[in-house]
Amino acid sequence: MSLRNIGVVYRKELVDSLRDRRTVVSMFVIPILLFPALSVGLGLLGATMMNKAKEEIPRVMIIGGQDSPRIVEALKKNDKIQIVPESADFETQITDRKIRAAVVLPPDFDAAANRGEAGKVLVDYYEGDIKSELTQKTVRDILRDYRMDLAKSLLTAKGVSTGLLEPFSLDENNVAPPEKVGGSGFGGMIPYFVIILAFTGAMYPAMDLTAGEKERGTMETILTSPVSRTDLVLGKFFTVVTASLATAILALCSMGISFMLAKNTIDRLLSKNDPSFHFSLDPRGVLAVFVMILPLSVLFSASMLAVSLFAKSYREAQTYISPMTFVVILPAIVALLPGVELNTRTALVPILSTTLVGKELMAGNHPWGFIALIFASSCVYASIAIGAAVTLFNRESVLFRS
Amino acid sequence: MIEALKLSKVFPASKKSKEVRAVNAISFYCKPGEIYGLLGANGAGKTTTLRMLATILEPTSGTAKVAGYDIVEEPEKVRANVGFLSTATALYGRLSAKELVEYFGRLHGMDGDALHKSVDGLFTALDMNSFRDRRCEKLSTGMKQKVSIARTLVHDPQVMVFDEPTVGLDVMAARAIARFIRECRERGKTVIFSTHVMSEAAKLCDRIGIIHGGNILEEGTLEALRARHGKQDLEDIFVEAVGEEL
Repeated sequence: MSLRNIGVVYRKELVDSLRDRRTVVSMFVIPILLFPALSVGLGLLGATMMNKAKEEIPRVMIIGGQDSPRIVEALKKNDKIQIVPESADFETQITDRKIRAAVVLPPDFDAAANRGEAGKVLVDYYEGDIKSELTQKTVRDILRDYRMDLAKSLLTAKGVSTGLLEPFSLDENNVAPPEKVGGSGFGGMIPYFVIILAFTGAMYPAMDLTAGEKERGTMETILTSPVSRTDLVLGKFFTVVTASLATAILALCSMGISFMLAKNTIDRLLSKNDPSFHFSLDPRGVLAVFVMILPLSVLFSASMLAVSLFAKSYREAQTYISPMTFVVILPAIVALLPGVELNTRTALVPILSTTLVGKELMAGNHPWGFIALIFASSCVYASIAIGAAVTLFNRESVLFRS
Repeated sequence: MIEALKLSKVFPASKKSKEVRAVNAISFYCKPGEIYGLLGANGAGKTTTLRMLATILEPTSGTAKVAGYDIVEEPEKVRANVGFLSTATALYGRLSAKELVEYFGRLHGMDGDALHKSVDGLFTALDMNSFRDRRCEKLSTGMKQKVSIARTLVHDPQVMVFDEPTVGLDVMAARAIARFIRECRERGKTVIFSTHVMSEAAKLCDRIGIIHGGNILEEGTLEALRARHGKQDLEDIFVEAVGEEL
């Protein structure tokens, strides 16, 4: 093995790859433009839509209640909803989004309520329609308040202390720092995105430098040089790793900048719903995630290099690599499921372990034992993949497969 | 100098094909300042033989000495002394002509002044300066051919291996290649050349080996072959040697 030769091959492959439009798009354009547009853009869009939904004063219908003016009045005077005249086709109107919800009152509600015998009040809404769901919650809150007030007045009339309704009070106190909140929400998604991008960044150069060479007929040309095949494959491997890491770094940077620029807007939009919300990311967490992604990037690069080396053409390589995308996405999705936690077993599953530890790191936790185990196991998997790529590159039957 | 000693190559059976004995214990030699032609039909074993000599493929048994080095024991030293050119050895389209030739120079361990001197000399000799900074994918067939020639010569190899270098080329381009092969001989290089074109072999080669089914059936100068078969035309000699109408 000669470092000089590996360096010569690496420099050439890097120049060659940077002149390949597909590699440039996956390495620069996607992480810099598309990714922030998707993550921040969709986030902002979602928050804006949510606020718009909240700003709307929803139209609500009361069904029945002609004999119960008290509850009808309580609903009417609340300025969070707008009461519209009763109509028999209220369910159709909810479906058609003409009204957001309907309150169905049982007969003789006021009088029965005074006796503590009123039946069920039904709130009709349309699940899946965010505006209808929000209206249902608002109406439920109004009715709960009304119920509490009614109960208090009834107890007072009977000379019983209203304190019995609430023998104790209840409050919550969030001890998680803002990074943790950010980490478990938006931040938790960051390692997942970066892993996907580290994979896609390596994809095109891996196929181009192996199957692409075979297809273009340059593989035989390069094999006539005195450089050993191990040096050749390592030069190619380092190029693919560079592309993978560059994509991951660019994604992290562009995302960081986008979040910084969009932070105030996101904060303003989301704190309307939850005043305690403060969106923030811990830069040390982001850096730690990057360090954990290093061996994974090596694993991706070497695996894809080995797989596409086996292919005779670029198209054949794509056929092999495309299913690998699912292999990458699946563990990352599993890691996002509630209840899937970092333990000795999950720490040994590549990709899944990195996503899980990434979530912890973004949340400001540093489980050092697991970090070491994941880093070491990822390094072992990566070494196996490099070994496979080197072995395949030394096999005639693979290089001259026909 | 090239000396092949019972060189064999067997491609093992796979799901799709049976075992193939592509080259069957062939022995021949080629001296410096000589052009040795391997003449054979498609599938005769020419490319496999030349790929083994260039150490791109490993022999199943037997060996060869190329420029004094054993192809099995010291393949990297062999490659350092061989220039290999075939229609299958394409160029890196996204590199410029100069970048490509320099790259191969570096792969041959050259650097600094020695590399620049060699590259500049070749670009001048082959009249390539007008397109030195143009990407290979934008070059004409003739220009690409010159770049390939410069690529094989950048390290000034003692042995030149040409595997059907004129396949698919027009008359002018094929003549340019033939001229280049002769120039190699004049410079004292050992030249081995494979073809299925009889006229090409007759014009260029000092000695011819007729290869068929992985075996060298006949060998000698064109005159010796003519005398042995009592025929003037190389094509007739070839058909008689092979023993079947192709």
